[in-house]
Amino acid sequence: MIGFVLRRLLQAIPTLFVVVTLSFFLIRLAPGGPFDLERPLPPAAMANLARVYGLDQPLVVQYGRYLAALLTGDFGPSFSFRDLTVAELFARGLPVSITLGALALGLALVLGIGLGALAAFRRGGAIDRLVGLTAGLTLAVPTFVVAPLLQIVFGLSLRWLPVGSWEGGAPAHLVLPVVTLALPQVGALARLTRASLAEVLAAQPVRTQRAMGLPPHRIARHALRGALLPVVAILGPTAASLLTGSVLVETIFGLPGIGRYFIDGALNRDYTLVMGTVVLVALFVIVLNIVADLLSGLIDPRLRISR
Amino acid sequence: MRRAWGRLARNRPAMAALATLLAVALACLVGPALTGHDPARIYPDLVRTAPSFRPHPRPDSIAPAVERLAFRMRVAPEAIRVEGDTLHLVLSAPRPIDERVLSYLPRSDLFGPATIVAREAQGRRLTVEAPLRRLSFPLGTDVLGRDLLSRSLVAGRVSLLIGLVATGVAMGIGVLYGAVAGYRGGRVDAAMMRLVDVLYALPFVFFVIMLLVFFRAGIGLILVAIGAVEWLDMARIVRAQTLSLRHRDFVRAAEALGLSTVAILRRHILPNTLGPVTVAATLLVPRVILLESFLSFLGLGVQEPATSWGALIAEGSRALESAPWMLAAPAGFLVATLVALNVLGDGLADALDPRLSEAR
Repeated sequence: MIGFVLRRLLQAIPTLFVVVTLSFFLIRLAPGGPFDLERPLPPAAMANLARVYGLDQPLVVQYGRYLAALLTGDFGPSFSFRDLTVAELFARGLPVSITLGALALGLALVLGIGLGALAAFRRGGAIDRLVGLTAGLTLAVPTFVVAPLLQIVFGLSLRWLPVGSWEGGAPAHLVLPVVTLALPQVGALARLTRASLAEVLAAQPVRTQRAMGLPPHRIARHALRGALLPVVAILGPTAASLLTGSVLVETIFGLPGIGRYFIDGALNRDYTLVMGTVVLVALFVIVLNIVADLLSGLIDPRLRISR
Repeated sequence: MRRAWGRLARNRPAMAALATLLAVALACLVGPALTGHDPARIYPDLVRTAPSFRPHPRPDSIAPAVERLAFRMRVAPEAIRVEGDTLHLVLSAPRPIDERVLSYLPRSDLFGPATIVAREAQGRRLTVEAPLRRLSFPLGTDVLGRDLLSRSLVAGRVSLLIGLVATGVAMGIGVLYGAVAGYRGGRVDAAMMRLVDVLYALPFVFFVIMLLVFFRAGIGLILVAIGAVEWLDMARIVRAQTLSLRHRDFVRAAEALGLSTVAILRRHILPNTLGPVTVAATLLVPRVILLESFLSFLGLGVQEPATSWGALIAEGSRALESAPWMLAAPAGFLVATLVALNVLGDGLADALDPRLSEAR
């Protein structure tokens, strides 16, 4: 298993390399710089700034330096938050984004698998159709429509929940963002669970168990375990779309997470902050994919042998 | 193929979805010419009017509007009366009235050009008639007073165009790439798919955002950016299909007959990948439209004066408290289109491969 993790991490190196290289040169090719202000700085000051941040060096040298620093885990200083390093910004933003993402993932898993299983066990019934409709809706109504609607209903009309801001992660402030972030995943997971569970329930072993007179809840447990495989397999992509969604959710609800730093950083040409965020997100996706594969192996021993 | 079409035609939700799509597309294409409003026309007196088929101006809003106008014309209005579609009123002032001030009336969006019926007291009293402008806004107007129906339809053109063209771009790249990788096989295939794997793990949305922030956003750039991102799935699907076709007898026969690789791909491989590709493309269009809306919502996509559903939704969500219909109109179009495309895609998948649908 350790060998497997190591091999997967090694395979991730080219991906990370492409991420760093692509984002580095994309940013540098773009017009504008981090120190462009409404009133331009005097040329001497600009030259000084450029020297301090190493921007006066040839691009290839800068690239090499950045890569070398990154290998030691140094994301460099932020250009727009002058006194802070990118790592310090991450230390502030990550707890927000991770809290948001983890809660949303948990909610989506519980609701999605629960609803999907319910629909599969009552296939063709009213519950099945209701779940199908709900899943279709959560998938089709985009986050940026759901979020304002939730804000106006629960925030402004009913006044039950605050419409935004973080406030140290107070539970009331978390509800709307987490629900908004989780909803599309609920739909996707419910559909997937229903389809794969329906397949498992129609398969040979379940019929045998029924014939042997196993009580329904025991059968359900066996079937669910088998049906969870595709669900676990899409955990990686799910986590990735949660990360993307958090850009939007953090913007709409005014939360100081990584997604907000990314957008602000891009607008301010904060080279290091933007590159750091992209690298961080790529790392997250890679690690979560490995975790998803490990979980698949736990559920289905056949997958362990084949690799 | 014909049997697949028959199966699709029997699938009622899919046919309803197809009808919805055709209706939305047709409305976006010809609708803006039929609403009676230029989508860019601003009606300053009809800002944030709620959706309704009843025409403006409403009877109860005529008198206040006339009084506002009269104040600017520096005259006093009397005997304001509406008969049918005509406004009758008497204007008076301490000094003779400069008749040019009457041009205030047609400038107000509510009334047509005024005619003077009678002059009294050396021009200090004018009896005036003006037709009422009968404007209706079925979906209301936005914060600037622009017709939301026209704007939603024009925005739909952009959204649908981006959806179709970007999908086309992705399909072009993906099909070609996948077919070559699958047909060549061996090391070429391994290398090409390794690249796809690497690209797959990239946080692409972040790259698209960077691209649009750094290089001024425009429709062309959005098309390229989205198309360049979304071809990976297509490449995988086509490669898998091609791999399974490569050693079939008809392909071998074509090889034995000495057909060139290009000819084999075009004549024997690609037509046989058409089914899965169609399904994937149908399901890709809503994803592309959603991605474009997402970018436009963040203010990175389509820029004024052009607009798309995402951009309109962004405007609507900012004016949600004072004018909720501004969100409802574009969101309704967007959601209807997305649902219809998804249902149609599922229907196509069932029709082309009925074995799969049994599990559902």
